[in-house]
Amino acid sequence: MNVTTKQLTKEFPRKSGGSNRFTALQPLDFTLESGKLTVLMGRSGSGKSTLLNLLAGLMHPTAGTVMVGETDLYAMPDRELSAFRNQHISVIPQGQTAIYSLNVLENVLLPITLNGTAGTSEIAYAKQLLEQLGIAELADVQPSELSGGELRRMAIARAFVRRPEIILADEPTADLDDENTKIVFESLKSAAHNGAAVLMVTHENGAEQYADRLCVMKSGVLTDAEE
Amino acid sequence: MRQNLAVRNLKAKPVRTGILILLTALLSLMICGGTLLVASMRSGLASLEARLGADIMVVPYEAKTKSNLENIVLQGNPGYFYMPVERYEKIASLDGIAQISAQFYLASASSGCCSIPVQIIGFDPETDFTITPWIRRSYAKQLQTGDIVVGNDLNAFVGDTLQFYGVNCHVAAKLDKTGTYYDSAVFTSVETIRQLIASSLEKGMNDFSDIDPQSVVSTVLINVAEGYSTEEVMNDINIHVKKVKAVQTKEMISGISASLKGTSDLIGVLIVVVWGLGVVILLLAFSMSVNERKREFAALRVIGASQRNLASLVMQEAVLSGLAGAVCGTVIAVMGITAFHTAIEEQLGLPFLMPSLGKQMLTSIISIAAVLVAGTAAAAVSAYRISRIDTALILRGEQ
Repeated sequence: MNVTTKQLTKEFPRKSGGSNRFTALQPLDFTLESGKLTVLMGRSGSGKSTLLNLLAGLMHPTAGTVMVGETDLYAMPDRELSAFRNQHISVIPQGQTAIYSLNVLENVLLPITLNGTAGTSEIAYAKQLLEQLGIAELADVQPSELSGGELRRMAIARAFVRRPEIILADEPTADLDDENTKIVFESLKSAAHNGAAVLMVTHENGAEQYADRLCVMKSGVLTDAEE
Repeated sequence: MRQNLAVRNLKAKPVRTGILILLTALLSLMICGGTLLVASMRSGLASLEARLGADIMVVPYEAKTKSNLENIVLQGNPGYFYMPVERYEKIASLDGIAQISAQFYLASASSGCCSIPVQIIGFDPETDFTITPWIRRSYAKQLQTGDIVVGNDLNAFVGDTLQFYGVNCHVAAKLDKTGTYYDSAVFTSVETIRQLIASSLEKGMNDFSDIDPQSVVSTVLINVAEGYSTEEVMNDINIHVKKVKAVQTKEMISGISASLKGTSDLIGVLIVVVWGLGVVILLLAFSMSVNERKREFAALRVIGASQRNLASLVMQEAVLSGLAGAVCGTVIAVMGITAFHTAIEEQLGLPFLMPSLGKQMLTSIISIAAVLVAGTAAAAVSAYRISRIDTALILRGEQ
């Protein structure tokens, strides 16, 4: 499923208030294609995370639309949008996003158990993901006992568990060593080649080599690296 | 999972959950305990009024001071006084009297001649209108000479034999609980008490050594006839009958009513203060609990939880902790008051009768419901706030 934006714009009011506004994303026509890993690079504050959050349905745009397949993301009420996100879009956000009352495996299975129960095959897949990311032995451990890198890998496994059609990763390799960074890049690449539309926002050197498409964001304007 | 998640969240933070449960327990303890205390005191007073059952009580002038009379009649301190039966006859001849009956008092001694030191009250079944209706609920037959009926608090049972001044008395019935000082008294017929008074005189254990048991009474109870006022009849007695004092029974319990009002007002103020503080602390506790977990809520939004899901999670946590606290507080209140009602009664110095099991259940249910409403209302503010969080900003650490 492709994600297409039309004249997608995001402005924020400045803290000083009044009519003074800051444009984080200039009107953007963009397609995140399925089957491709799109890498988005750019300086801090250039608008990368804003775009990612807009594509995830987590932040209402000031103008424009986000279409996921035939579905207009922001035309849906919150309940439908949340259910749609749960079914089709996986987000790997910045920072730690563990639920501390659940163990690692339960955290990974949460997108499934949020509105139902996990079956045997889903549990087996979740364990396989943990194995793949090198934290299988931590399945029963509470997140409070995990290092930053381990928490990040847990979040990545959680994003993959539903085999989503769209994966939006915001600095997924922050806190990871080289070996695990490589594992994550390869996992994202593999998900893309299995048909998912993957957007990875990163500062990581070497990410470009995994990209099917490389984009750069500068002052709220997105351009393809080749341009 | 969401329901399970609420339980898991509560378990994961035992201190925070413990504080929430403690707070809600305190709220229910206050409302349930306070309500039961006031209700028990009110039923005790109503029961005492019903037991007195007369408009006017006439006592010998020697027992005239109100405090002495209250000590014996209301507070149950064993004591006795007598006046010649002619005064009873004189009173009976006055106008405005619908019902009249004499009572006879005797205090048993704590020495070997008596099984237990209690107040013994004799009444005339022919004329009595205060004690008989109450005794009939436990014992429908006519009391025979030597038969006694014991109050609920006494450690004696039907069929037992108790000895007073060397006279063996047969326990014919045990009365229902009244919550008044009558629970620790013994009741008997006029023939039996005259026998006991005579025996106490023979043994030299009665302060009134020169009385004839056959020609004395202790008090005269009167119900005023229609068309006459109590004050009118009372004044008439005080003017026309020598060496007696007529007292209005309502006046006798006015002190108790005033104490009851004071105590229930105090309990009411305490409930309001504790509830006011409790609800504010609950508001803060939920607000802090939600604030410190903002990232977790944001993570749930990312995974696909709706605004309603987040609010529902906060509310579930509030209901679960509130329910646990409310049930604990209510159980402690009911069990505490049941277990320590005698001590509470002694401490308060007021008649005390626990409401029926049905009323206790109703009070408990209302208390639990009130605490749940307060707890969920306090949590609703936080639930609303968390359902409106800006997920993106929280994840970027900007909120």
